[in-house]
Amino acid sequence: MAAVERSRSKAAMILKRRDGQILNYIGSGIFALGGMGVLFVLGKQLINNPPLFIQQMLNGLQLGFIYALIALGYTMVYGIVKLINFAHGDVFMIGAFTSFFAISILDLHTWPTRLIPGIAPGLSIVLGTLTVMLLTMVVSAVLAIVIERFAYRPLREKPRIAALITAIAVSFFLEYFGALPFALTNNYITYPRPFEIAVFSAGIIPIGVLVALWALFGLSIGAYFVLRAMGKRGNAKMRLWAQHPLLQLGMLLGGFLAVVLTLTTLRIQTERGVWDLSVSNVALVIMGGSILLQVVLQYIVSQTRLGKAMRAAAYDKQTARLMGINVDTVITATFALGGALGGAGGMLYATAFKQVHHLMGIIPGMKAFVAAVLGGIGSIPGALVGSLIMGQAETLAASFISTPMRDAISFSLLIIVLLFRPQGLFGEPPGEKV
Amino acid sequence: MRSRSVILSVLLLISLLAFSSCGKSSEAVKIAILAPLSGDVATFGQSTRDGAMMAIEEWNAKGGLLGNPIEVVVEDSQCSAEAAVSAANKVIDQDGAKFIIGEVCSSASIPISEIAMAKGVLQISPTSTNPAVTVDAKGNTKSLIFRACFIDPFQGTAAAKFALENLHAKTAAVFLDQGNDYVRGLAEYFIAAFEAGGGQVLVKETYTGDDQDFSAIISKAKDANPDILYLPDYYSTVNVIAAQAREKGMTAVFMGGDGWDSPDLDEAALEGGYFTNHYSPEDPRPEVQDFVKKYQAKYGSVPDALATLAYDAATVLLKGIEQAGTADPVAVAKAIEGGVFPVVSSEISYDTQHNPVKAAAMLQVTGGVVKYVATIEP
Repeated sequence: MAAVERSRSKAAMILKRRDGQILNYIGSGIFALGGMGVLFVLGKQLINNPPLFIQQMLNGLQLGFIYALIALGYTMVYGIVKLINFAHGDVFMIGAFTSFFAISILDLHTWPTRLIPGIAPGLSIVLGTLTVMLLTMVVSAVLAIVIERFAYRPLREKPRIAALITAIAVSFFLEYFGALPFALTNNYITYPRPFEIAVFSAGIIPIGVLVALWALFGLSIGAYFVLRAMGKRGNAKMRLWAQHPLLQLGMLLGGFLAVVLTLTTLRIQTERGVWDLSVSNVALVIMGGSILLQVVLQYIVSQTRLGKAMRAAAYDKQTARLMGINVDTVITATFALGGALGGAGGMLYATAFKQVHHLMGIIPGMKAFVAAVLGGIGSIPGALVGSLIMGQAETLAASFISTPMRDAISFSLLIIVLLFRPQGLFGEPPGEKV
Repeated sequence: MRSRSVILSVLLLISLLAFSSCGKSSEAVKIAILAPLSGDVATFGQSTRDGAMMAIEEWNAKGGLLGNPIEVVVEDSQCSAEAAVSAANKVIDQDGAKFIIGEVCSSASIPISEIAMAKGVLQISPTSTNPAVTVDAKGNTKSLIFRACFIDPFQGTAAAKFALENLHAKTAAVFLDQGNDYVRGLAEYFIAAFEAGGGQVLVKETYTGDDQDFSAIISKAKDANPDILYLPDYYSTVNVIAAQAREKGMTAVFMGGDGWDSPDLDEAALEGGYFTNHYSPEDPRPEVQDFVKKYQAKYGSVPDALATLAYDAATVLLKGIEQAGTADPVAVAKAIEGGVFPVVSSEISYDTQHNPVKAAAMLQVTGGVVKYVATIEP
């Protein structure tokens, strides 16, 4: 009976599709025209003023890497519990405030200088900043665990809409509880950076650093291909080695930083004179930190027992439980990881834009969520790629098409991608579970 | 039957109470202060409330107004149209206020002025600089609405004049929030005056109030390399833009309007920047110095322009009521239109559009503090 019904509805769908086929063609045509128009405008700008175009892409890269950290939290939680955790943007906000209080009240970023008198100032800054970040990640992880334990776990076996609405409620609670005068206040607060900003432009970066970065990139990518080739011949150990996180770190970190710094070092000649590209140390810290955390996450998910349990739970919670996996612990760990990354993202965001506010998580949270969907929700590389695309779309739209339309343009990108690939760029097509 | 009589007697009691309270409030002059006490510009609202309260308390200490102490209601109108509308309705309908001092932001004062006109209430805004506060869409002056500050045209024009004459600037870039009446007003008049004076506006870029990342428009402006970057927004946004612009290597001089006037201004990022304001506590005139002393004794801090203008607005309103000899808003409006009021910020008289004719102060951020530079006459 059910089979008959299904085939009947399938037939109806095919009929419907045929009805709308002309409309579909027109729709695709409009999208294609629009896309070509956008590419034309961008291409013209690139030819007119290449340094400005590249500078805008560097600006977009910084934004994209912050979105990536937040997007991972959405994607991991969705992958396992199929819940869109709307409160994630507010965990991001709490992360920014945690680091703000750690810096402004506890003075945590200067502890090495205070405790170890003879320490080099550079090392002290690095250690201090890392400590603040670690504290931020711990607090955000704890917050995410608490939210999961009290707001989502009791609703886990209930209809999914209940948890979704609860997520929205938790989000509003955090935002407006934060607005209270004794909590975070609703003022815009200038954020004290844990380190001084420095801007790198041509001539400041030593050539040695560039060579080292390119070497790192070349070596790791070379090693990756060699190991993969050996793995294909049947050497299982080598195949595992090819997926070693250190190789991924070398490729991503070396590749991105080498390209960015090399571009900055080139003094590009245009008809308007030499145009220097510049990149700040904050942008480099954001790129480096984001890549590092993502590789660590990738390692946890792909190589550890916990990661294996997470993947099993994502595949099928009931069966995973039958296999002796404590699904509750796995879910808690997922929330903790996502929260920690989101909190770190909050700290980096505040460091970049020098301001904290109790509603600061809404817009970045939403954009990161969009980036996660764009990349394919549930997929970790997808979150990174989607975020980088969002960052570029937003910055390029703002600079070369229309500034007030920046969000409209970057969000319509989402619509276009989803029309052609409803599962997102890296998502798996929705298969039927047996 | 019995329950009905109980209800009736309760209703009778309630109406008696209501009438008696009405009778009491009609004797005293009731003034409402509407200011953003929370939100982005909370410091503006707190200063406004303190300044206006100080003037009212001084009058009450001298014996009140028209033989009665002045009653005050304070409401948080949050610098937003929605909150301002509900606050204005509340103070007029529920509290029975006939006079409103407020709001700070033009985007909130304009909706309040519409309610005030419809309900026959007199409004005087201390710091809303947009022309549309006192003039309606058809160009007619709103008969019951006044302000204590000069309007956007003058701030934008004064900044452009100063940039051209004192800083010898030739080119400028302007960033503006398209959705904010105040920002748009300043920017449009700055552009008009700067171009009329022979300058060139190379870049005009818009953003939205939610933006945090301004790198795209900053890179564009830096590419054009202007002498001046005009940022007529409130301090919360200007702080972020200015810090990013300096970090991207922009060397232009920052200029802005009175939205910069806040203790939370990021002086390090805005070092060297100029902004127009309504008054400076360093102004040597005795009216200013006396007021600064009194304010400091009461609140322990130097009054900012918002506190001063709120004090001035309250003074104009109270003197107008005194001269009219009645608490009827129409008669008071007549008295204010015809009068000359020597208040703290400047001597004020009103033009036909209910805008005061008065001078502006140009201030500069140097060495982490704000210093008085010059007075720009109308």
